[in-house]
Amino acid sequence: MKLTLHVWRQKNAQHRGRMVRYEAPGVNEHMSFLEMLDVLNEGLIEKGEDPIAFDHDCREGICGMCGFMINGRAHGGFKGTTVCQLHMRHFKDGDELYLEPWRAAAFPVIKDLAVDRSAFDRIIAAGGFISVPTGSAPDGNAIPVRKQDADLAMDAAACIGCGACVAACPNAAAALFVGAKISHLARLPQGQAERDRRALAMVRQMNREGFANCTNIGECEAACPKQIKLEVIAQTNADYIRAAFTERPETVSGGVG
Amino acid sequence: MELISNAPTGPIEKSWETHKFGLKLVNPANKRKHTIIVVGTGLAGGAAAASLGELGYNVDCFCFQDSPRRAHSIAAQGGINAAKNYHNDGDSVYRLFYDTVKGGDFRSREANVYRLAQVSVNIIDQCVAQGVPFAREYGGLLDNRSFGGAQVSRTFYARGQTGQQLLLGAYQALERQIGLGTVKMFPRTEMLDLIVIYGRARGIVTRSLCDGKVDVHFGDAVVLATGGYGNVFYLSTNAKGSNATAIWRAYKRGALFANPCFTQIHPTCIPVSGDYQSKLTLMSESLRNDGRIWVPKKAGDKRPPASVPDDERDYYLERRYPSFGNLVPRDIASRAAKAVCDEGHGVGETGLGVYLDFSDALKRLGTHKIAERYGNLFEMYERITGEDPYKVPMRIYPAIHYTMGGLWVDYNLMSTVPGLFVLGEANFSDHGANRLGASALMQGLADGYFIIPYTIGNYLANAKAEKYSEDTPAAKEAVANVNAITRKLLNASGKRTVDSYHRELGKILWEYCGMSRNAAGLKKAAGMIAELREDYWRNVRVLGANEELNQSLEKAGRVADFFELGELMCMDALHRNESCGGHFREEYETPDGEALRDDANYSYVGAWEFQGAGRPASLNKEPLVFNYVKPSQRSYK
Repeated sequence: MKLTLHVWRQKNAQHRGRMVRYEAPGVNEHMSFLEMLDVLNEGLIEKGEDPIAFDHDCREGICGMCGFMINGRAHGGFKGTTVCQLHMRHFKDGDELYLEPWRAAAFPVIKDLAVDRSAFDRIIAAGGFISVPTGSAPDGNAIPVRKQDADLAMDAAACIGCGACVAACPNAAAALFVGAKISHLARLPQGQAERDRRALAMVRQMNREGFANCTNIGECEAACPKQIKLEVIAQTNADYIRAAFTERPETVSGGVG
Repeated sequence: MELISNAPTGPIEKSWETHKFGLKLVNPANKRKHTIIVVGTGLAGGAAAASLGELGYNVDCFCFQDSPRRAHSIAAQGGINAAKNYHNDGDSVYRLFYDTVKGGDFRSREANVYRLAQVSVNIIDQCVAQGVPFAREYGGLLDNRSFGGAQVSRTFYARGQTGQQLLLGAYQALERQIGLGTVKMFPRTEMLDLIVIYGRARGIVTRSLCDGKVDVHFGDAVVLATGGYGNVFYLSTNAKGSNATAIWRAYKRGALFANPCFTQIHPTCIPVSGDYQSKLTLMSESLRNDGRIWVPKKAGDKRPPASVPDDERDYYLERRYPSFGNLVPRDIASRAAKAVCDEGHGVGETGLGVYLDFSDALKRLGTHKIAERYGNLFEMYERITGEDPYKVPMRIYPAIHYTMGGLWVDYNLMSTVPGLFVLGEANFSDHGANRLGASALMQGLADGYFIIPYTIGNYLANAKAEKYSEDTPAAKEAVANVNAITRKLLNASGKRTVDSYHRELGKILWEYCGMSRNAAGLKKAAGMIAELREDYWRNVRVLGANEELNQSLEKAGRVADFFELGELMCMDALHRNESCGGHFREEYETPDGEALRDDANYSYVGAWEFQGAGRPASLNKEPLVFNYVKPSQRSYK
């Protein structure tokens, strides 16, 4: 089949970008979307034109490195599918597709379809962990975890950090990403000691990074390739509000003696 | 060069404990004075950088991806082995050690493998404490499943995403250290050379992938945890970015490369569908528990699978290996699939595929049970192929999955360059000639969490911390080397794309240095690769400039190294006149077509030493001694 692509080309963060039209002939239905772009790029290089830059790595839908908008939908808008796992059989001859990078102030464009998502790493560094230095752990079976809690924690932990939730959100909020980590760790007994600190630190870092507030629209859940549920945002709100009410300055004055 | 393994002697049960006590320590105030460079943030590198940061060292950590969480450990599906014996089914450290040495076809170092089995139990504890959501039973305790090559249930798992969850555990520990300021993270940064000063590893040269800036980073020790080199074959189950450049350039600075021909081919991957194919996707080994593998008895039979009656099907694994059937180890299942396809029985458009059929299991267990066991895999298969495995059999074919070979390291995980440590898949140490399922995650985390924090201290305690400037001749020379390679690639201004060369290299290696090899083919392949490599430097086309995000340039440097590595793999495969594990030489097989090992002549680690461009590498041998597990012929009949 033959497709027409309009692709966002932008040299770097300092330059203005624009849509450029490309014809993609000879597209095979078994190709993945990224393989279709590989073939297009090979053709561009042969013609002496700069190939389209896009992030990708595992091409199995698990590393979270790939992602861009196809016709305004993150990863193309197919249920539970990253763009690397999206195959061309979902498109038909003559389709016209618009490819754009994730659009969010907190995700500056590096080049073409590749954006800088390091804000996500800084949110995790602020509190998205359990403090347990290597070697200090008790036996694995010393802390029983209800199966239901383990399963719900796993559902939230499935987040791949791709940024589709931010791109799909009209506010460019990172609430689903943050909620996924808060829910994962809040469901487990190991995560309780730092639960309040975590919620405060992650939400504050999220705000510092320039992500806007969540207004419960729900586009993020629909766009999430790992089908993370909206309820994780409720978990963030509950944990954050409780923690904010009980927050006290950390004191350093000890007891007597 | 004499290869001194530093493996402790004496009773193996006590050897790591005794060895650890003999290692020197660095006191807390002095740790702050040392900088350690860690390259790679997978299970091994991520765990190492976090643990070393916790100890108080200054760590500079590098990855080529946009975040340390993307490393390809994330794609591991099945699970992680540990000798916990939670199920009271007879598991023990000794049994895990025994299974791993035997599974590796007696080409690994006993002391290393024993230590791996010992620390496996600490890994599970550590990961649980970090909040890794392992599968649980209703009582709240950890669940296990079985994997190939073992008769006990010792595999811990988090659905089909065990690698992801373990990596996120290490990543979160790493981010915590980044937040605390002990680790400085350099994402989208690629190591392009090693700086060796007076014989010791003292730093690296990197290129920023965003703006092309070339930088020098000094450290008192360098840790490489950069993964395997399966992408030398172009098509593999590795991530697109996985590459050998860091270890290859360290090899060219004096680190020996051990057993490069030991590569693992996984039997159950989705077959290639066309020339545009960019990578191969694994279908978990666990599918072979309920799926039956077959091809039509008649060569060239193009009927749809449902129209082939049962008596016209060849269930070749069940026929050849009646006692293990569809559950023979990976190397054996892969070779058998190749054999039936070579004889013209292969299925699918390309003829390179066999059926993995669940219809009997669906009849026996019902759709619900099968969906519960394999639902996510069936969905992934359908997403990629457009075929529903509940209705038609899956088509599968073997693919390159893992590389057991890598930089040679001693018991302390130090290479032949003092101060250069190598962890995880990047080293050669624990899996011999064949890795068992669920053991790669175990090794990566063992190296990163529980071995390097001890052994690197011993090195640093003995080495003086030195300060160097960028004017140091070795640093200037390494920077000049990196710039020269970049210039040469950008100036070649030829006609062919990097990918087209890479694909051709992969085809040569797959054909002659893949699932089965012979002397004539290996010699031919080495010649073809050398020719293609020369053409590459004259005729490759890399557009754009150095000072920007230039993905063609990144690939071009990696492919240049793959050419040289491919030649070394052929040389290694040619010299090893035996068949063992993943290395199958057609000249050395038993009368019924099984691998024939030659312990009298090849019971050693073959470690290759770089002798300068254009000169053949020289072979060094580390003899392998088996005091505990007596080498025997593996049989699965």
